Amino acid sequence: MELTSPADFAKDLVQAVQDYSVLAGRSMSNLFRTPRYFADMTQQADLIGFGSLPIVVLTGFFTGAVLALNSANTLERFGSLSLIGQLVSVGMVTELGPVLTGLMVAGRNASGMASELGSMVVTEQIDAMRALGTDPTKKLVTPRVVSTVFMLFFLTIISDLLGLIGGGIVAQFIFGMDSHQYWSSAWQTLMFRDVFTGLVKPLFFGFIIATVGCYYGMSARGGTQGVGRATTQAVVASSVLILLVDFFATKFLMAIFGYR
Amino acid sequence: MAAPPNAIESLLKSTENSASPVIVFDNVSIAFEDKTILDGVSFQLARGETKAIFGIAGSGKSTILKLTLGLLKPDAGHIHVLGEDVTQMSEEALFDLRRKIGMVFQESALFDSLTVRENVAFRLMEEHDLSEDEIERRVRESLSFVELEQTVDMFPSELSGGMRRRVAIARAIVTQPEILLYDSPTGGLDPVTSTTIIELIVKQRDVYKTSSLLVTHRLQDAFTMASHYFDRKSNKMLPLPPGARGEVPMGFLILRDGKIIFDGDVHELAVSKDEYIREFIS
Repeated sequence: MELTSPADFAKDLVQAVQDYSVLAGRSMSNLFRTPRYFADMTQQADLIGFGSLPIVVLTGFFTGAVLALNSANTLERFGSLSLIGQLVSVGMVTELGPVLTGLMVAGRNASGMASELGSMVVTEQIDAMRALGTDPTKKLVTPRVVSTVFMLFFLTIISDLLGLIGGGIVAQFIFGMDSHQYWSSAWQTLMFRDVFTGLVKPLFFGFIIATVGCYYGMSARGGTQGVGRATTQAVVASSVLILLVDFFATKFLMAIFGYR
Repeated sequence: MAAPPNAIESLLKSTENSASPVIVFDNVSIAFEDKTILDGVSFQLARGETKAIFGIAGSGKSTILKLTLGLLKPDAGHIHVLGEDVTQMSEEALFDLRRKIGMVFQESALFDSLTVRENVAFRLMEEHDLSEDEIERRVRESLSFVELEQTVDMFPSELSGGMRRRVAIARAIVTQPEILLYDSPTGGLDPVTSTTIIELIVKQRDVYKTSSLLVTHRLQDAFTMASHYFDRKSNKMLPLPPGARGEVPMGFLILRDGKIIFDGDVHELAVSKDEYIREFIS
C-alpha cells in the first residue's frame, strides 16, 4: 500500500473541508435562486421523514423505556421513584431524543444519499445533468438538505413523545407508579430552555446528515468500491459530527440560558 | 493605441457568418495528477461540420468533449464555444450555454430512476416554459427519430445497450441543439447496432446540419460517415456516388501524446505519409 506523505494528507484534508464548505454553502444559497425544486423536496421529505418513522418510533420508545428501567433501580434506593418522569422527560427531550434520532437518520439517510449520488457520479449521471444545463446542487443537494432539516425536527418530537410513553409504560407496569403522577412530573419539569435546546439540535443535525451524505456522494470516485467507501464514510463522519456538534451546541445553549 | 486583434478574436468576430467555427480550441493544455493529457491543443469545428476524434485510450478524446462543455477547466489556453470563452465563464453562466449543446455520454448516462420519457423530457421540463402536451409531442418526435417510441414508459435498465445509446441521442437532440458531442456512441455495440447509431448521427448531420464532435475508437464508423450521406427521400443512409469529394462535412482529428498529429478530411487522411497515422488507419 502506498503511504501518503503528511503534507499531502494535510492538503487533502484542507481541500475536503473547503469542498464540503462550498457544497454546504451552496445548498443554502440555492434557496434564494431559481429554480426551486419543491416537488423534489416533497419527495425527499417523504423518503427521509416517513421512511425513517419506523426506526425513529422504535428507537424513541425503547430508549425511554430502558432509561426508566435503569434509573428506577437507582431512584428506588433513595426512595425517589416519583422522579422517574422528570428524569425520562429531561433526558429524552434535551439529549437522547435529538441525538439518537439524528444518529438513526444518519445511518439510514446519509448512507442512502451518499450511495445514490455516488452511483450517479460514477455512471456520469451527474455530468449528464450538468451537460443538460441543470445544477446538481440545486436539483439534488438542496432538496435533500431542506427535507432532512425539516423532517428531523418533527421526527425528534415524535421520538421524544414515544420515549416518554415508553418510560411511562415501564413506570406504570413494572414499578407500579401512578400514570398521572408520571405524566405530571414529566410535564412540569420541562422548561422552555429544555424544549428549545431539544428542538434546536435537530436543525443542526439534519443539516449535517444531508450535507455530509451529499458531499461524500458527490465526491465518490473509483466505481462501485468508491461508492461503498463513500457510503461508509458518510455514516461515520455524520455520526461523529452529530456527537461533536451536540456537545458544543449544548455548551453554547447552556451559556445562553445561564444554567447548570 | 488599441492592440491589434489576434487571430482568434478576428475569427470569433465573424460569428454571424455561417462558415464561422462553433468550437475553437486555442492552445489548450490539461493534466491530471501530473500526467499531461492535452498539451497545447488547437483546432476548430466549423458550423455544420462533424469532426471525428481518434486516439488511443487515455489520449484525451473524452476530455476534449468535457472541456467543450465546461465540465472540466483547462490548465492553460482558451476554448470558445458559440462565440463564448467557456474557460472564463462561471458554472452558473455555463448552464445557459450548455442548453445549446447536446451530449451523448460513453455509457449513455441515462438517469436510471427516471423512465425513458422523463429522461428525454428532462431538459424540456427544466425549462418550465412548455405545456405538458408540447413536451409529450417533442419527446415522441425525438424518440421516433431514433425509432424507439415504444420504449417511452420503460426504465433504462429494461433497455439493451444499443437502445440506451439511442435514447441518449434522443435526449441530446430533443431541444435541437446547435452542437452535438458524441462520446464513443458505438463503443461495445455489435456491428448492426453500431450502423444504426451511425445512421442516426449522419441523419442529424445531413438533415439538421448540426455541428458535432464525435469521439470513437472505431475508424470504420468515421469512414462510413465520410463516405455516406442521408437521403431524405428514402429515409436512409446511402453511399456517396463514386468520385464525390468533400460532399459531406466530415473531418478527422488524431491525438497522440497530448498533441494533435492530424486535422483534415478523409482524403488527406488517406494520403498521409505519417507512419503512426498509416499504422492507425491500416
